[in-house]
Amino acid sequence: MRVYAPRRNGSANRNAKQVIGVEETAIERTIAAVWRIESARLLGGLVRMVRDMRLAEDLAQDALVAALERWPEAGIPENPGAWLMAAAKNRAIDELRRRQLLERKHEVIGADASAGLLHEAPESEMAFDEDVGDDLLRLVLITCHPVLSAEARVALTLRLLGGLTTDEIARAFLVPEPTIAQRIVRAKRTLAEARVPFEVPRGADLSARLPSVFEVVYLIFNEGYTATRGDKWMRAELCEDAMRLGRILAGLLPGEAEVHGLVALMELHASRMHARLGPGGEPVLLLDQDRSRWDQLLIRRGLAAFARAESLARPLGSYTIQAAIAACHARARSGNETDWHRIVALYDALAELTQSPVVELNRAVAVSMASGPAAGLELVDALLEEPALSTYHLLPSVRGDLLWRLGRLDEARTEFERAASLAQNSQERELLLARAGKRGAWSTDA
Amino acid sequence: MRVMVIVKATKNSEAGEMPSEKLLTAMGKFNEELVKAGVMLAGDGLHPSSKGKRVQFSGGKKRVVDGPFAETKELIAGYWIWQVKSIEEAVEWVRRCPDPMPGEESEIEIRPVFEAEDFGKELTPELRAQDARIRAETERQRKS
Repeated sequence: MRVYAPRRNGSANRNAKQVIGVEETAIERTIAAVWRIESARLLGGLVRMVRDMRLAEDLAQDALVAALERWPEAGIPENPGAWLMAAAKNRAIDELRRRQLLERKHEVIGADASAGLLHEAPESEMAFDEDVGDDLLRLVLITCHPVLSAEARVALTLRLLGGLTTDEIARAFLVPEPTIAQRIVRAKRTLAEARVPFEVPRGADLSARLPSVFEVVYLIFNEGYTATRGDKWMRAELCEDAMRLGRILAGLLPGEAEVHGLVALMELHASRMHARLGPGGEPVLLLDQDRSRWDQLLIRRGLAAFARAESLARPLGSYTIQAAIAACHARARSGNETDWHRIVALYDALAELTQSPVVELNRAVAVSMASGPAAGLELVDALLEEPALSTYHLLPSVRGDLLWRLGRLDEARTEFERAASLAQNSQERELLLARAGKRGAWSTDA
Repeated sequence: MRVMVIVKATKNSEAGEMPSEKLLTAMGKFNEELVKAGVMLAGDGLHPSSKGKRVQFSGGKKRVVDGPFAETKELIAGYWIWQVKSIEEAVEWVRRCPDPMPGEESEIEIRPVFEAEDFGKELTPELRAQDARIRAETERQRKS
């Protein structure tokens, strides 16, 4: 028996956003939840079979539309993942027939599509076997492919691997929905034009591709952790999306030290999320935070992930070093107990590895905590001519802090004002203006 | 969002009956799924209430009561902490869970964990001041 599949024209081309963007009814919320769980796997399998990203996503969308039309009356199937896959495979056969490619490809797809997956829900479907892992890895390597811009990679990864709708991504990044939709369409075109290969690389080739993947996850996390735009200083949901992606990657690449370092870094930072927000939504900086509000579950998880990273890596990679720094803070029961000398040593290693002026700035903060504000100021002043930091609000902000601690109050105020004029997030700007106006208590959010 | 997923106790679980190898295998697979999907944050099984204790509060008095406790269906046999996008997603994951108590009627309950935003405006300046007093007091006790 044929699986129900919608017609290609007309309503079948509605996309998921239009259908589940307005999640009104209980059944639609349920279908959205099923989609979140199943979509990446579904898409990964389809990409493997049809070797065409755009076609694979169309097929997956068609399967979703079929579910939305069928499930409200028939109920959620016992194995929704298998149902969606069967629906998509049937669409694939139609589509390939239409394209007269069936002859060449039917061996790949035809065989089990007609096997009646719709009615059987074999328990083995639940197993997360190697193929599924490979499918997801292939998918993430494509969505994070270096031919794409960082923002395209972010949108595509959240959409295809995270199972977010374009509307959800748009809301998370505070941009209009059509912008994200456009970005995704263009990204898929770029991938097609670049003929990005569908083979999963192995060994050193695989390792070479991973920094681009990790970067995307960390970008998503950071946009949630310190929003560069808008009125809210943090958007916790985006952090959760990033951590979830990170954990999925850790499951796919258990032997890669840096993936555990990345997860550790995110979990340790996220553990401070509640303590980082004052009652008015304003930022509370690290040394002012009430450490009893740090999330012990995330700290425990973060420290465990860090231990795993440390045991796998020699020398430590940049995410693992950053996680080590975060771990120093997590272990200190109060700000005074922080091991600043160890943090300085870790920043030394990180600076050497990354050659990043932002890291140099953080290192200066750590040095000021370990050896006093004058030593820190000397390092900060050496960065004043650094072009990459010319519009970075944290440079004058840190400098203002150090000047304040040295009793050079007027100079400090000027720096805080300058920092406020550069900050793009309104909550952060408020904080800086407040410090320009009154007492500038020393704080760091290293 | 974070949810606590609670596996309710049954007569057998309260009797200390251990899960079969088959169930352990199926549960292990399910847990692995949760981990690989980035959903699982924590989880544990609990000993029967015969090994537990309760501290009852009444009119300023405290009374320690030893297990086992009678109301089996209100007891818990295990829990998970998950990070999910919605409570519906948690329901879908539970639907994928193997029957935790084969041969018996059982129940799994899903409860959202309070998030900072849930307090929102309820976290008034007064509450914050109270919080500060508690912290100051804790600090004083620590030093004395």
